[in-house]
Amino acid sequence: MTQYLFYPGCAMESSARAYAASLASVAKTLDLDLAEVKDWNCCGATEYLGINLIPAYALIGRNLALAAQQAKQQNGAGAHTLVASCSACYLNLAKADHYMAERPVLGDRVNEALAAGGLGYKPGTLKIRHLLDVLINDIGLDKVREKVTRPLHGLRVAPYLGCMVPRPDYDKRWSDYEQPDELDRLLRALGAEVIDFPLKSECCGGHMPQISPNTAFELIRRLLQGADQYKADLIVTVCPMCQMNLDAYQDETNRHFHTHYRLPTVFFTQVMGLAFGADPEALGFGSEIVDARPALGRIQTTPVASGPVGARPRAKAEGLPMPGRRPEERER
Amino acid sequence: MSATDVSPAEPNHNLRFLEEVSAATAGVSRLEMCIQCGTCGGSCPSAADMDHTPRMLFAMIRAGMREEALRSNTPWICVSCYHCVVRCPQGVHIADVMYTLKGMAVRAKLYRDAKAPEFSQTFVDAIESYGRSFEFGLATRHYLRHFPLRLPGMAPMGLGLLTKQRMSMTPHRIDGIDQLKAILDRAKGLELTS
Repeated sequence: MTQYLFYPGCAMESSARAYAASLASVAKTLDLDLAEVKDWNCCGATEYLGINLIPAYALIGRNLALAAQQAKQQNGAGAHTLVASCSACYLNLAKADHYMAERPVLGDRVNEALAAGGLGYKPGTLKIRHLLDVLINDIGLDKVREKVTRPLHGLRVAPYLGCMVPRPDYDKRWSDYEQPDELDRLLRALGAEVIDFPLKSECCGGHMPQISPNTAFELIRRLLQGADQYKADLIVTVCPMCQMNLDAYQDETNRHFHTHYRLPTVFFTQVMGLAFGADPEALGFGSEIVDARPALGRIQTTPVASGPVGARPRAKAEGLPMPGRRPEERER
Repeated sequence: MSATDVSPAEPNHNLRFLEEVSAATAGVSRLEMCIQCGTCGGSCPSAADMDHTPRMLFAMIRAGMREEALRSNTPWICVSCYHCVVRCPQGVHIADVMYTLKGMAVRAKLYRDAKAPEFSQTFVDAIESYGRSFEFGLATRHYLRHFPLRLPGMAPMGLGLLTKQRMSMTPHRIDGIDQLKAILDRAKGLELTS
């Protein structure tokens, strides 16, 4: 069994503890072996890069160096995979690895700094991958389907990936920059009804609630409106930041626009655990500000016949090329 | 806005700022390759709140308008969603150029709204002390200072995060904090010049 190095990131221990709890449960069901990088530090999120560049990359570099060291001790020589669950952490780790190679002078400076702590990192040593990528492409949907004991029939979910997972996608891991279908396919494998959600890779506002609240509220409103129009019961996300903004700032957004959205936002690992038969409380359900538990009552024991509401069939398969639509998608 | 002088002896003098921004960006920025098509601004979810669209900002940089460019709120309103980055026909690393401009504006103290740089600095201070982010300290300090009027409306949410154990009131310090401090201290003395 492959062992992956795992970088959880700060949010997994605080605001996104439901993500951590549900991931632990799902990993056990799927025999996914995640070894946490020992004594990792914060990745700097989107804050350090705008303050001081070399320290920001050195901060990320320490994590890469520690992970590479640990991988070598555990798995011997060769390429190793470092898995991140948080979108910002995933992007920062991938970005540092990518730019240290693209611009050797950056790699040299980061290594000069790391040497002050007795560390070093050669770009390319680690493959940086997101948890969802590993679940879809290594574990596979067949294994996921095999483990489903309580299919999520009748639960309408909006697949929300956020921006920093499919973009900029240095290693070309995703099916599309703007309309990737990985999360849709995973949720469908769980038996859930996946709504057409064209905003799936739009931004949640990131740190904007703290900097320019009106900018953030507008971005949050768009997402809530989109999911609400397609009558989603739940928004399912892969990102702690997206979960925080949609969940914790939903109330303030409603007050700002005089709207009455009430859309619970949960992590994809939580709904996976649910379909695998785990106890909702152990998966962190109930830790949302907008309670997701009432929505779980929609789960039916038999499949629901209706197709996705609002997804119109295309008149002709050979119509004008539309952004995000690939030929293979039409046959699905 | 007054026109910048162009010296007949060195007409390209104003390009120095473009070169400086490009060189200070992490990867190969490709900023020189911008063809002013405007795909960036058209793809931007927060462009409505920006002083200048990214395209205009890049033209200002090319024209050597250092102070105006560094005073622009555009890099601070950028949400780093990378829509423009994947759509840019010239492959300009737009989001990374925005980070570069933020750093330059901080050093030159040219930002107009202190909220964003102070939020980043508070976040970074926690990392430098503990090695991890500290949301409770960051949120209380930042909201008391910049958004005191939002606090009453946000109290139920804040309380919810605390009672649901989604926010800790004490920071977590990593074991290797001395090692991290040594690395960051060394890094602060280094410049990215090729």
